Amino acid sequence: MSLLQRIEDAVASGSHAVDELIATTEFPHVEGRSVTFLFLGEAQEVTLQHWIHGLPDTLPFRRLRHAEAWVLQIDLPPRSRMEYKIGVSMFGRSSMLRDPLNKHTARDPFGVNSVVYGQGYSPPEWSLEDAEARKGTIEERHVDSKVYGDWRPIKVYRPARFRQTRRYPLLVVHDGFDYLSFANLQQVLDNLIHRQEIPPLIAILTQANDRMREYAADPRQADYLVKDLVPQMEQILPLVREPSARAVMGASFGAVSSLAAAWRHPGYFGKLLLQSGSFVFTEIGDHDRGPAFDPVVKFVNEFRRAPGKPADSVFVSCGVYESLIYYNRSLVPLLQDTGMHVRFREAHDGHNWENWRDRLREGLTWLFPGPLWLVYE
Amino acid sequence: MLTSAILLGPQRHMRIVKPALDALLPDDGRPVALASPGWEEREGEDQEFREHVGRTVVNLEVWTRVERIFERDRELLTAMRERHDMLRRVQELYRLRLQGALTAARELMAKPGKDVWLDAERHDALVMLQGIDSQHVERVRQVHDKFEARWRPAERDAVQCEKRALQKLLADAGCLCLAGGHIAVLLHRLRLFDVLGLHGDRPIVAWSAGAMALTERIVLFHDSTPQGGGCTEVMEAGFNRLPDLVALPHAKKRVDVGDPRNVQLFARRFAPAMCVLLDDGSRIDWNGRRWSAQSGTNRLSEDGWVEEVGA
Repeated sequence: MSLLQRIEDAVASGSHAVDELIATTEFPHVEGRSVTFLFLGEAQEVTLQHWIHGLPDTLPFRRLRHAEAWVLQIDLPPRSRMEYKIGVSMFGRSSMLRDPLNKHTARDPFGVNSVVYGQGYSPPEWSLEDAEARKGTIEERHVDSKVYGDWRPIKVYRPARFRQTRRYPLLVVHDGFDYLSFANLQQVLDNLIHRQEIPPLIAILTQANDRMREYAADPRQADYLVKDLVPQMEQILPLVREPSARAVMGASFGAVSSLAAAWRHPGYFGKLLLQSGSFVFTEIGDHDRGPAFDPVVKFVNEFRRAPGKPADSVFVSCGVYESLIYYNRSLVPLLQDTGMHVRFREAHDGHNWENWRDRLREGLTWLFPGPLWLVYE
Repeated sequence: MLTSAILLGPQRHMRIVKPALDALLPDDGRPVALASPGWEEREGEDQEFREHVGRTVVNLEVWTRVERIFERDRELLTAMRERHDMLRRVQELYRLRLQGALTAARELMAKPGKDVWLDAERHDALVMLQGIDSQHVERVRQVHDKFEARWRPAERDAVQCEKRALQKLLADAGCLCLAGGHIAVLLHRLRLFDVLGLHGDRPIVAWSAGAMALTERIVLFHDSTPQGGGCTEVMEAGFNRLPDLVALPHAKKRVDVGDPRNVQLFARRFAPAMCVLLDDGSRIDWNGRRWSAQSGTNRLSEDGWVEEVGA
């Protein structure tokens, strides 16, 4: 008997049967490429609110037999992740809920979403706390920024077994505080270092004061990184002072800022890690992304005309469920033509922190290959 | 060749150095020498080891001694860095040819069926792999020979000074314990002082990279790196103090033993040496004539299976 039929039978049999069904069946229910959502509750309309580019913004649930039970079946490719909320409307009032039947959630700076895992997906074990992995430390500091004319909060990640006498590669992270909170960055670094997949490194985690402006290819941000942040860190931390040991990374506008900084100061950062970059450009006419994107589009158009060679290696990733996939795919051949080493990875995921978390291992180990091959402890 | 040695798996979670030491050497008051240059700057963090073995331990501080030499003899430091770059280049070039040969050998092993032509191709593919490995070992040896001839490290003051100190420390030691860590650092730093020569024929307990260093060839391996399956390769000759054995520490994590063809290719490539899996709790003893293993210590068989040593 199909799941839909079982749901319909349970609804027809009454609340006891529905309770039993819920107790014995995980919802959303994933079977092959098919995902079945179930919502129980009073409503006039129930919808699935998601952020998958290419599908209608909301997908309506179907009410079962005039009961307070609603179902929706969608196609979800294997190894996908989809974040969503359930929209419930009644008497002209709408609310967005997390799916009460789904235990999986994903957090971002705006709150918590429900998340459904397509067949074959599970959160990567290297992103979870590993009791065996030695832990690095996080220290809060401030940087005196001449460029911005203010003090900027940063966090410094030092690897486990840090030694002042050793020299470490540097990873500068845009939205670094968010990477810690929403993409498990500390656990990822601890685990990859512990497993020798990347070398012990120091990460400087930055956070913008006015993100949508400063990360929109703002020349001040590039100067801040190159003239304030890194030189000051080199004074107090044992860093390898070479471009080949220096990387900058970010997601979304943070990726734009990373590329823009490398472009404005070519050769300063040897490595770039760009996740779901908002690399919107125009071939003709204007863009439709709103005024916040004006400087981004201006930069990307300029970059496309004269890319130069911003760095030696660049890892680019993007979710295929993002509208930005088009721009990222377009960027890749251009980056390759610059002579940089380029690796591009697409994922069945959207514009969210767990997508960015899940790509960190491949990106970081490609940019900073660890001594895994040579260490046998 | 040594007359008595014991090789062990990793010691972080299952410490079995003490019973190995007790088997080789009665606690007669002589100190145990510890060489752990593979731990690099953590070389001095030996407290857990001392507590575990419960004997007098002399840390040889090989890594630290080399750092001191680099401070005093910048010319040697530069020369060693140049050698390091040269070794890396030789390794990269070897890897290029190796990858093609390994791909061909894997495809031939995977081909179904059995006939004389397929057997002949498989055999020749293996011979080719072994030939590439041997040529690489020879090229690396040439790099080291040129370095030795040009810079004569053993004759340099800074090296001699540290070597004399090492000689004194080792003079009274009943046994040498060789820890794991970074295999290239371990190998090259021990070699600079000829630590094994100074130790002579006294017993050795070695684990992980320390065990690898004592064998004829250092084999680097990892079948599940983040960037995909690795390409098992030879780094260079080891100290060759123990015969017919390839040491494979952390094998459970690093060797895809679930694929019989992978196991078969691995074992046949390095035959007649025995490919021994040195996992937690593994132990294999050498008495100068033959190997004997503790129960549960496994090897890769040429038939493609994992089997107990001695089975």
